[in-house]
Amino acid sequence: MSNKVGADAVRPTRNSGWKLFFQTIIARSYPRIIGQQRETSWMLFDIIMPLGSVIGYVLVYKALHAPQEYIGFVVIGGAMMAFWMNVLWSMSSQLYWEKEQGNLALYIMAPNSMMAILLGMALGGMVATLLRSVVIILLGSWMFDIQYTVIDPLQLFAVFALSMTALYGMGMMFASAFLLFGREAWAVSDLVQEPVNLVSGFYFPIKSLPFWVAAAASVIPLTLGLDAMRQLVFSTGLSLGFLTPGVEIGILAGLCVFFLVGAKLLLGYTEKLAIREGRLTEARR
Amino acid sequence: MANIPVSGSRRRAEPVEASEAWRSFRFAAWLGWQITSNWTDPLLFAIYSVIRPVARAAILVIMYGVITGNNFTDPLFPYIFLGNAFYTYVFSIMNGVSWAVIDDREHYKTLKYMYIAPIRIPAYLLGRGVAGFLTASLSVVITILAGVLFLHVTFDPLHADWLLFSLTMVIGVVMLALMGLVLGAISLLIVRHSGFIAESVSGVLFLFSGAIYPLDVLPIWLQPVGYAMPITYWLELVRRSLIGDVAQAFTTLARFTNLELLGILVGLSAVFGVASIFTFRVCDRRARERGLIDRTTNY
Repeated sequence: MSNKVGADAVRPTRNSGWKLFFQTIIARSYPRIIGQQRETSWMLFDIIMPLGSVIGYVLVYKALHAPQEYIGFVVIGGAMMAFWMNVLWSMSSQLYWEKEQGNLALYIMAPNSMMAILLGMALGGMVATLLRSVVIILLGSWMFDIQYTVIDPLQLFAVFALSMTALYGMGMMFASAFLLFGREAWAVSDLVQEPVNLVSGFYFPIKSLPFWVAAAASVIPLTLGLDAMRQLVFSTGLSLGFLTPGVEIGILAGLCVFFLVGAKLLLGYTEKLAIREGRLTEARR
Repeated sequence: MANIPVSGSRRRAEPVEASEAWRSFRFAAWLGWQITSNWTDPLLFAIYSVIRPVARAAILVIMYGVITGNNFTDPLFPYIFLGNAFYTYVFSIMNGVSWAVIDDREHYKTLKYMYIAPIRIPAYLLGRGVAGFLTASLSVVITILAGVLFLHVTFDPLHADWLLFSLTMVIGVVMLALMGLVLGAISLLIVRHSGFIAESVSGVLFLFSGAIYPLDVLPIWLQPVGYAMPITYWLELVRRSLIGDVAQAFTTLARFTNLELLGILVGLSAVFGVASIFTFRVCDRRARERGLIDRTTNY
């Protein structure tokens, strides 16, 4: 019981500044992590569907009598694809879905930072997807007897952490961009999904692509992330790499800065537009 | 109630139902096409329609090229390429039919009005699949054209068996539409996962139908699943009709003649067709009884 009287007694304590920022991140990541645990059958869909693609492409390699490391490439690619799908459908398109459900106006009106909301979505999505990704790797490795040889664990951790930061930064940036696309957001997500699967080399080493195509595809964080990871976890991986893991780590660090700053700028623009025009949060069917 | 003739004999009611079914199908096809295509201009829509299947085909082409050192003369290459190209129909048609339930119920919130309108719901749902068929056809043609022009796919239109191809396509499209109707019927009863149904089912069938590898590659205990699927025989007949002997180089279904394969396809399609009508009736009745037609489950 508080002993305070008067106006102070009824005014609730409000966090602000960094405290509110972190509180918002936790609050927005909460439904992503906890909500998915409550709907366990969703996990089945999220694991079985990517695993189905993995099995399909592994069997193609088996039909072609490909070396065993290519089968490992597919398993790693399938696991990382779970993150790409999460970024595409649950980050990039998310503000659009929120608008359709009527939450976006509440987000913009609330006294918290939109950047914190996006970071919360990213954190929650990353943690939830990590669980699925691990399951895909474990099941895929068990089913197809994949052998791993980790060359440099520290570099591997750096590659994974930077890839995730850059990828989810890209998702945050696209969230604002997709919101501006309006109802075409769904079509845009659908449009980019498969071409990115192609140029990022989810199922084959990007060294197989012409140099300039692979270089252009390196803008997508998973392209270099996957390439570096494969080089660091397979004994023959280094011979199939596009660039050296060190160079790829440097480029990924640059992509992290680019996408996070880009997300901040684009979000600021979107918020201004929402306030000025007052139409951005309308759900149009 | 459309099923119960209000007056007169059964003979008088039948032509009315037939015309009602055709009208429902026709307008659903038009509506589905508008929903699918009117969000952008035709050129962008055409690019959008073909880019996904072409990218998927390119993944397989690169995988094949990497392992074989770009040896595109092996019969396995056209086998994979054509199987993958034509599999586009499986997802597009099944999704077109089944997604209509979710789209109308949860997004546009019009399914309840469709149910009280003088239309036949199964015909309406099948009509909504036409847009999927058209976009899939466009992407299949573009993919095969790209394969022939740039990727050494051995396809000579003068040597193709167009009669067998046409027959196979008609049976296959009807079979896929009826399979989509099963998924649409199940979508009437379930919440939250209904959006994944067509993708999941087509993904699983992709593994078992020998679309991108001969069934022999599957573990022996899984092969019977592939042999029980009409899609397996449909894809084999499509390949045989277009590239003839190249497709018959694989031992999986080599012991069957084209006529036998056609017979199996028709038989399995009939079984799936009867099952789809039965499933739709059961699910539709339950959805009506439980008041599920107008629910919204947070689209």
